[in-house]
Amino acid sequence: MSARETILARIRSRLPGTEAARRDAVELHLAAHGANLVPLRGLGDGDHRLSLFTRLMTGVGGSVETVETLADVVQAVAAHMAAAGLPPSLRKGADTTLAHLPWHRAPGLTLLSGPADPADHTTLSLAFAGVAESGTVLLLSGPDNPATLNFLPELHMVVLPASRLVSCYEDVWPLLRASQGDGLMPSTLNMISGPSRTADIEQTIVRPAHGPRDLHVIIVVGA
Amino acid sequence: MQPETARFKELSRAALANDQLQRSMVATGPQFVLKRAKARAALPEFDDLRNAARDIKNHVLAHLDVYLEKFEARVQAAGGHVHWAETAEEARAIILNICAAKKARLITKGKSMVSEEVGLNEALEGAGHTPVETDLGEYLIQIRNERPSHIIAPAVHLRREQIEADFRRVHTDLDPARDLSHIPALVEEARRVLRQNYLDADVGITGANFLVAGTGSAIIVTNEGNGDLTRLMPETHIVITSIEKIVPTLEDASTLLRVLARSATGQDISTYTTLMTGPRRAADPDGPEEFHIVLLDNGRSQVLGTEFQDMLRCIRCGACLNHCPVYQAVGGHAYGWVYPGPIGSVVTPALIGIENAANLPNASTFCGRCEDVCPVRIPLPRLLRHWREREFEQHLTPRTVRSGLGAWAFLAKRPKLYGLAMRLAARFLNWRGRAGRIASLPLARGWTRTRDLPAAQGKTFTELWRERQK
Repeated sequence: MSARETILARIRSRLPGTEAARRDAVELHLAAHGANLVPLRGLGDGDHRLSLFTRLMTGVGGSVETVETLADVVQAVAAHMAAAGLPPSLRKGADTTLAHLPWHRAPGLTLLSGPADPADHTTLSLAFAGVAESGTVLLLSGPDNPATLNFLPELHMVVLPASRLVSCYEDVWPLLRASQGDGLMPSTLNMISGPSRTADIEQTIVRPAHGPRDLHVIIVVGA
Repeated sequence: MQPETARFKELSRAALANDQLQRSMVATGPQFVLKRAKARAALPEFDDLRNAARDIKNHVLAHLDVYLEKFEARVQAAGGHVHWAETAEEARAIILNICAAKKARLITKGKSMVSEEVGLNEALEGAGHTPVETDLGEYLIQIRNERPSHIIAPAVHLRREQIEADFRRVHTDLDPARDLSHIPALVEEARRVLRQNYLDADVGITGANFLVAGTGSAIIVTNEGNGDLTRLMPETHIVITSIEKIVPTLEDASTLLRVLARSATGQDISTYTTLMTGPRRAADPDGPEEFHIVLLDNGRSQVLGTEFQDMLRCIRCGACLNHCPVYQAVGGHAYGWVYPGPIGSVVTPALIGIENAANLPNASTFCGRCEDVCPVRIPLPRLLRHWREREFEQHLTPRTVRSGLGAWAFLAKRPKLYGLAMRLAARFLNWRGRAGRIASLPLARGWTRTRDLPAAQGKTFTELWRERQK
């Protein structure tokens, strides 16, 4: 018998009930996508979600700014990079929302595309969603927003449309199933809640560890 | 890895005499407790979430065969490979095969307790590969050739000065005059040294905190981002994990994530929570081209259906270590194997046999704090007691303890004789005491050698009770 057969047979011999009943119970549970207890803290209107997200994200060393329209993202990006003293070179994926921004308004900015290069200082991604309850952005890997953009640069900037800032994790999963198909996932889904940190030496929090030094979230109110 | 669990008492004595270790424990232990308490206070539903988390894991364990098959099918559908390993040896062989096929030289590793459990680094080195731990704490103990002393903070036993000395010893290509006198400088140096390893690695190996059956995703949580760079940069990513890490759905994973970080570090959520499902897709510009998951049993399935089953709910947050007076006194290395603290004392006998771990279930005062803080409500004191029963049944308990227990049982079954013996003992202990304390006592030198025994007041509880009833 293979290890697989041996392990599964031993588990079966030790579980109560019949295998058929277990299969039915599992199918039911998986199909229901049932939410368990959801904390109240994230629930509320857009203003509540925005203020909670901002408080939590800034509380762990991230930064948040709001702009009115997608077109305003260009100025915000250029200004933040300049303020951080980083070279005017920005890497992003093939995402069409980001591609269609009026980049000509930041003439000094060099745009690079594709996955991150170790030499990149700054990258830009479009979040799939944001979660108020823990100040978290969710990013899906793929050509539009390569996952390496989230980890290799000094500064990672994330555009989050306010309409995608939801209360809790349970609000994200239906959006994900609608976008990917039930049970299907991108290769990598990153939930990011602040810049990289470590407390491995004497429990002292130091930023960054291996990932970005700064995480800047630009929330687009009108998108 | 050879267990040293038989040396628990000896290692504990050395730990208590180790000033550096004691300073570390005193400096960090209370911080963990405080951080968890603050996180709990900030979320009114926290204790109810622990019930929900317990129920999810119980549901999984009761349907584990089917969920494992579901998980496997989803991983395969996403283009990943699933390997089953009954023993540590099988797990090592599977991973060595993959690394040999990839002609791997440098192998980056994310933090994984299962990897420690199977002794993966020794095996990789033995086969000519170079494994490099990338979690800062794991990197520190790797360069010191030590074991993790804590489930989530592997280098919690070290002080800054020790780490500075290690970096100067190991990073010999850097300027010897550089300033490493503060912690951020040490972190910055580790970041620079390890960054090149991510880029050069042929294979990346991580563990998993959860496996989502409904989507075939392995979840890792880190604060550093090292696990992600370990997954994303090399051509091949291997996840080594164990069969009880399954959760059914993303909704269920959400509940467990809510209690994990709060219990572990007091964070609402770890900085990076990553759901990894198969290798990169055809159109993806980055991510691993090959993806393997190794599912380790190593004794876990034999725990199902026994009085020890509840231990399989563990999500490895480390809260029971942080709140354990024994762990806080002796640190993790005294436990002599991979998993220290209360959960280690419960898990280790199941994985390596009670005959090899008989000391550990006794490394508890049964104060119950571990159960009070467990995010999945594992009844740790009860499980420790079950192990003590097994220990007694298998005659692993020392002869003096057995004969003492035998004498007590003889009396306890004879109430009149028991009462008489207790009255005599209470009077003797009262006569023996000076100023309410006894400095030395025959048959109890193990206690009185290091501290006084409170003297008895002269009468037994039963006598006092009778007097009050009159």
